[in-house]
Amino acid sequence: MTADDRVAHWHRTRTLMITHLCVWFVFAYGVHWFAPALNNISFVGWPLGYYFAAQGSLIVFVVQLFLFTKQQDAIDREFGVAEDD
Amino acid sequence: MALFSFEGKSFVDNLPKIYGIYTGGFLAFFALMAWFETLGMSADMIGVLFLMFTIVIYAFIGVLSRTMAADAYYVAGRSVPPVFNGMATAADWMSGASFVALAGGVFMGGHGYMAFIVGWTGGYVLVATLMAPYLRKFGCYTVPDFIGTRYGGKLARFCAIVVLVVASFTYVTAQINATGTIAARALGIPFEFGVWFGLAGILVCSMLGGMRAVTWTQVAQYIVLIIAYLLPVFWMSIVQGFGPVPQFAYGDAVARIMELEPMLGVGTKATESVAGLGVLTTLHATPAEGALAAWKFVTLTACMMIGTASLPHILMRYFTTPSVRAARNSVAWSLFFIFLLYFTAPALATFSKLQLLDPNLPTAIIGQSIDKVMALDWVNKWSAIDMLAIRDSNGDGMLQINEFFLRADIIVLATPEFAGLPYVISGLVAAGGMAAAMSTADGLLLAIANALSHDLYYKIIDPKAETKKRLLTARILLLVIGALGAFVASLKLTGILGAVAWAFCFAMSGLFFPLVLGVWWKRANRPGAIAGMVIGLASGWGYLIAVRSGMDPWLGLDHLRFGIVGAVASLVSMVVVSLLTPEPDEEIQRMVDEVRIPRGDTIVSHH
Repeated sequence: MTADDRVAHWHRTRTLMITHLCVWFVFAYGVHWFAPALNNISFVGWPLGYYFAAQGSLIVFVVQLFLFTKQQDAIDREFGVAEDD
Repeated sequence: MALFSFEGKSFVDNLPKIYGIYTGGFLAFFALMAWFETLGMSADMIGVLFLMFTIVIYAFIGVLSRTMAADAYYVAGRSVPPVFNGMATAADWMSGASFVALAGGVFMGGHGYMAFIVGWTGGYVLVATLMAPYLRKFGCYTVPDFIGTRYGGKLARFCAIVVLVVASFTYVTAQINATGTIAARALGIPFEFGVWFGLAGILVCSMLGGMRAVTWTQVAQYIVLIIAYLLPVFWMSIVQGFGPVPQFAYGDAVARIMELEPMLGVGTKATESVAGLGVLTTLHATPAEGALAAWKFVTLTACMMIGTASLPHILMRYFTTPSVRAARNSVAWSLFFIFLLYFTAPALATFSKLQLLDPNLPTAIIGQSIDKVMALDWVNKWSAIDMLAIRDSNGDGMLQINEFFLRADIIVLATPEFAGLPYVISGLVAAGGMAAAMSTADGLLLAIANALSHDLYYKIIDPKAETKKRLLTARILLLVIGALGAFVASLKLTGILGAVAWAFCFAMSGLFFPLVLGVWWKRANRPGAIAGMVIGLASGWGYLIAVRSGMDPWLGLDHLRFGIVGAVASLVSMVVVSLLTPEPDEEIQRMVDEVRIPRGDTIVSHH
């Protein structure tokens, strides 16, 4: 693997990490900071602020991680650094 | 015995079948107990049989997977497939606190308490994106092994061992406390004996087989604990008419509680007090107003998340997968299996509360006559052991919301009785709680013993020690630390949840930044990492002591959140000291480059 490829691979990996941490930040902190306001909105029966704390954020985290593993794997394959199957 | 070799392709291929048969066997046992109950077997006997049956199975797996090979002992031969590693991690993760106390906390504390739920799941995003794949590529046996190799030198390794021991030992006493409580109640023995009984069960599973035994018992424990947690919730949901998928349908139950709360006067303080117990005063779904409340929610969440990504017993689970990709996948599966329990916990709390409050349900007690409530079986049973109390404060003979005192920790264990479910469900729940506490204690004891035997004894004290001697040391240490943990637990210094939160804060104060920056910042060097660990742990710990001895917390950062102070101090000192000292040599820089790509050999190779 050339030095340039190494840099490019790490650049893509880092961008992916930062993107996921941004989404994580919103659902870990952002939505809970505004929970009282969100509670005025009803989401299939739940007050929305409560829903995010009880389920919404959790669902986002799970979906996000399966997506992340897929995306990181695609990057590794593209640069030929994925492990053999 | 090929089926029980616990390694190799045929064993891995057979895993779904093996655990499928196991799950079927467990459900058959449950059905048998249910049948025995209809024949008139006593409730106590059912409880004892549930505990005995499950513990014997864990011990059986533990003994069968005994090993004398270092790779199998420390990292289960690096052959655990992602889905099964996910289940094992979930069991390792979900402790007595998650299983027994979490839903009770939501029951009593409402929205504010859900910071734990968000924190204990969101932390895995950090584990997957920042840590697990890279630590796996390193090929280390333990977390201090990573620190020692990345930064070099015995001092850095030693600092990591200290943080690991402080955090894990704090955590393990809480788990042994939980096993002791459950054993004491189910077997009718004093708590001080219950603690030792629980410890014996824990040790059989981990002593002979190390990580390999712990992995395969934890998978078995996960299956028991998730069935035990979900079954009563599904049952209640169907009985109360919310349909078979309660997690997606209990919004109406939340709405109904919000409607009932003003009618019942939730929020009025009790006029009497009962030691150790409380009445329901917090609204179920309404968050506390104001910036400080929001700040407290997000800081608690942050502590639980960053702590998750620094806890050695969790990180070391990802050293057991066959590849870097498998480590990444395995984090996603871990979170999925953890999620199954956590997104059900608020549903359990909601249904449980509705059972007691809603006057339209036959199980309601609020608003009923005190004499009638006092005659209930479960009220008698739980008040006999001071976990519940009823006082007619205003003397009108009816039970008001602020006359019903209870301890939050009993909610999960007592909900089947609130809801009038058969006793066999309570026995199942006790077995699930035991599985949760045992599996976490297993993982923690192993993390401590491995760090001491591998990093302290082998890498620092006697690098020439033979494998046999190292593994023997690990086993002796396991016994000693377990005994010490049981002794401390029998002193009952703190509650379960307080000790758990402290463990997270200790871990994040000392380990988070040295681990993350070790991968993501090439410039990080040995003096920086040592400063980060020492100053981080010292300032976190110092702040905790200061707050406990009466200092006003800064910005509401109380003793559950001291990790924020420690982690900030750790980051600042690590960056400053790293920049003031020479950059790491070329060999280390090449090593970091190598860690960043999945392909190729691991950095460390053990012999």
